[in-house]
Amino acid sequence: MLTVLLLLWPVAAALLLHFFKGRASRVAAFGAALVELVLAVFAAVTFNANNAGQFSYDLPWIASAGIRFSVGMDGLSLLLVLLTALLVPLILLSAFRRNFENESVFYALVLFMQTGLIGVFTAQDAFLFYFMWEVALIPIYFLAGVWGGQDRARITFKFFLYTIVGSLFMLAGFVYLYFQTGPSADGLAAHNSALTSFYNLSLPAETQMWLFWLIFAAFAVKMPIFPFHTWQPDTYTEAPAPATMLLSGIMLKMGIYGCMRWLLPVVPLGVDYWQNLVLILSIIGIIYGGIIAIRQQDVKRLIAYSSLSHVGLMIAGVFSLTQIGLQGASIQMLAHGINVVGMFFVADAIERRTGTRLIPDLGGLTRRTPVLSVCFLVLLLGTVALPLTNGFVGEFLLLQGLYQFNPWMGAVAGLTIILGAVYLLRMFQRVMLGPDSSFSATITDLTGAELAVLVPLIVLVFWIGLFPNTFLHLSEGSVLGILNEVVKR
Amino acid sequence: MNSIILLSVLGLGNLFLGFRRSNRLLLPAAMLMLGLVLTVNFLDWGSGPQSFFSGMLVVNDFSVAFTGIVVLTALVLIPFSQKYVHDGEANLAEYYSLLLFSLVGAIMLVSYNHLLMLFLGIEILSVAMYVLAGSDKRNLRSNEAALKYFLMGAFFTGVLLFGMALVYGATGTFVLEDIRFAVQNPVNDSLTPMLYIGMLLMLVGIGFKVSAAPFHFWTPDVYEGTPTFFAAFMSTVVKTAGFAAFLKLLVQAFPAASAQGLWLPTLTAMCVLTLLIGNVGAVTQTSAKRMLAYSSVSHAGYLLVALVAFNGELEGPSANGIFFYSLAYSVATVAAFAVLKLVADQRQREDYNGLNGLARTNPLLAFVMTVAMLSLAGIPLTGGFFGKFFVFSAAVENGYIGLVVFAVVMSMVSIYYYLRPIIAMYMRPADDTTAAPIPVTTFQSGALLLLALLTVVLGVLPGLVSGIL
Repeated sequence: MLTVLLLLWPVAAALLLHFFKGRASRVAAFGAALVELVLAVFAAVTFNANNAGQFSYDLPWIASAGIRFSVGMDGLSLLLVLLTALLVPLILLSAFRRNFENESVFYALVLFMQTGLIGVFTAQDAFLFYFMWEVALIPIYFLAGVWGGQDRARITFKFFLYTIVGSLFMLAGFVYLYFQTGPSADGLAAHNSALTSFYNLSLPAETQMWLFWLIFAAFAVKMPIFPFHTWQPDTYTEAPAPATMLLSGIMLKMGIYGCMRWLLPVVPLGVDYWQNLVLILSIIGIIYGGIIAIRQQDVKRLIAYSSLSHVGLMIAGVFSLTQIGLQGASIQMLAHGINVVGMFFVADAIERRTGTRLIPDLGGLTRRTPVLSVCFLVLLLGTVALPLTNGFVGEFLLLQGLYQFNPWMGAVAGLTIILGAVYLLRMFQRVMLGPDSSFSATITDLTGAELAVLVPLIVLVFWIGLFPNTFLHLSEGSVLGILNEVVKR
Repeated sequence: MNSIILLSVLGLGNLFLGFRRSNRLLLPAAMLMLGLVLTVNFLDWGSGPQSFFSGMLVVNDFSVAFTGIVVLTALVLIPFSQKYVHDGEANLAEYYSLLLFSLVGAIMLVSYNHLLMLFLGIEILSVAMYVLAGSDKRNLRSNEAALKYFLMGAFFTGVLLFGMALVYGATGTFVLEDIRFAVQNPVNDSLTPMLYIGMLLMLVGIGFKVSAAPFHFWTPDVYEGTPTFFAAFMSTVVKTAGFAAFLKLLVQAFPAASAQGLWLPTLTAMCVLTLLIGNVGAVTQTSAKRMLAYSSVSHAGYLLVALVAFNGELEGPSANGIFFYSLAYSVATVAAFAVLKLVADQRQREDYNGLNGLARTNPLLAFVMTVAMLSLAGIPLTGGFFGKFFVFSAAVENGYIGLVVFAVVMSMVSIYYYLRPIIAMYMRPADDTTAAPIPVTTFQSGALLLLALLTVVLGVLPGLVSGIL
């Protein structure tokens, strides 16, 4: 029941938001998101890490087709629900400084999207999963398209088309799998679409080989993995900062989560067959994203490419099919979400003060903005994976997992840390330190409201870095369960 | 049957109400009448097949369900006819009566059991449409549309009639069950070619009415000229009734394997062509109304997928797919045409740019249009998604994977043109001609909200209506 509450509350709040206008809608939206966070934390506190699916709820949805509204959480779902519930209020808070037109609609869309995201992370039925997957997509299209930059119509269109085409492939795969299942539990329909029925199918290897690509297409676009990434830098740059944070902080995790929950255990033989190819693609993404990031002049674009590089490592960890790799991916999803949202927030804060995101125009900001530079540096070091920060735990585990699978791949993928240090520290040096620019004398430091966004993020950077077990033990059971499904056949 | 009687009587009564020439009276009266018909229609639900006129009409759950769709469509469409009162239209009551009478034709189409009734139904429906297409008398385009529709329609009616005559000649009967029996047990093999040519000519005749390619060519021109209100009626009611009739014909008269061997490839080819022409044609349009016309062609293609996936019964996945799809499609199309009509009435343009900045001036219109477009494109959360889902899964279940793949690719193409109105409304600034808000009455707003709500309800709780057949 708790899961249903988590799902319904944001959408209900989004509908109610219609009655609020202007400033009141900000407060209402933020309040609603805080309630959601409290619910999620309550779920985490009462969660029993030793048991599998909890807070389950199951109801016939389209009874004549054997499709059920079936939700529940295991540790992996819980981690991502926590991440969503935590980031959404911060993202809403970060939008407070901007004066949007129709802001109540903006906040309503963010809350609406939250329902879709939580739905993706908790769905136990293939069609519910697909449904929620698209529910999360529609609001972000409008968020980026209506409130975005100059070229928004064209770029968000490209983004929408890429993702929807990917999703349609996934739907085709699910429909195929659906027709391979047996009758539904209540006997009303000839087939059913429960996650467990998909797990129990044993399809021949040849079928799984093409089925793999149908399902993987949607995840590959969403994450995105090289070469399906071309929508990503443009969209991240053109979308308004809060939408970019949603995209990079949470939405990207839908793809990785999807791989872990809906790809590895469902078509293990297909995964086995394509494992090397995906690993190579993700390692290309790591290096490619890192090298291109070095050359970027636009702060937002640089973070976008750095995100591309970091997500490559997470995919590689997942496809190493080792326990450590999958554990690394689950903790890194959390860490990356926190870091990238923080980075985009800082980039946005700088842009709002100076009116530019171009690195050559900036410089010497740190003298008048000590608080901002410290926050920026902490988040940045988290992204670079400095020990004791959150990024370190994840990347260490991911690389270790990849190394277990193939030492050479691990070695090449390890370049991400070096490349990351190069482009991120260079950016920091040129934006915050370096020779004075025209803004050095006039720029103001962070306000209280902005600190309210960054402080929780920074606390989490250290919390995960110092006590990773708080979160690691949550996903342990789920990861083992997934690997068992993979190895079983 | 109750609904046919009621509609005929009420339609006549409506003509007398028309002496007042007041939309304040006629519009609510027409809505009331349709509401009554809709309610009465469902009294027949679940009472098993009842036959009338010596078995020429059979009312069963199938026909009640489809009658429900067409009457509901007319009911939600009527609030948008209001413009005519401002034009001082002298023939106000006749429009409403023609709509009511045309529904009689639609209901005959979904409940016929005798080819004569099929023919009568098509004619009752079409004649009303010919008149309504030309109802904007002072507009040359409307005249052209009416003439074009009438000439083409009359020609294809002839084709249909010829087909029926040949089928009669070969089987000696007009009754669906008897035709089926005669097809399965041919007495005289020399008559078989005649039977099959007759069958194919009938397919062509009905294919024209539902605007399936290659008999779709009238659609864009006629829709463009026809007053938007009636174009919406054409693309929803006529299509829904036509497809129900199509399904009945195939299931009840020609399910035999030998007949299938002929019509199945024909329909499959029509389906592929329709999907291709409808979607590619829509991409190249600059007028939103013509885009909706081509989109109407493309939706005939998706419905044909369900026909091809036919499994020999009037219940089951294929019929359910057509039912759900028609319902979702009708609701979304009415919403799209309604918004377009409101916009075009004020801004005097029907191209995409005429929609620019609508989100700022009329958020409600923009929202409803968006829901309609997403539904037509088949994006989840809307009825259109489950419509496609049911149709496609019926086809996959019967092994038409290649056809479904093609249809899915085509629906990817469709996203391109369905997003264009959304981009215009939300992401492009208004210019001088589009800066003023469009006046919408509370009544119309309510109807639009209802349509959007219906679309979303169909998209979230499809179980409410799916699988009732």
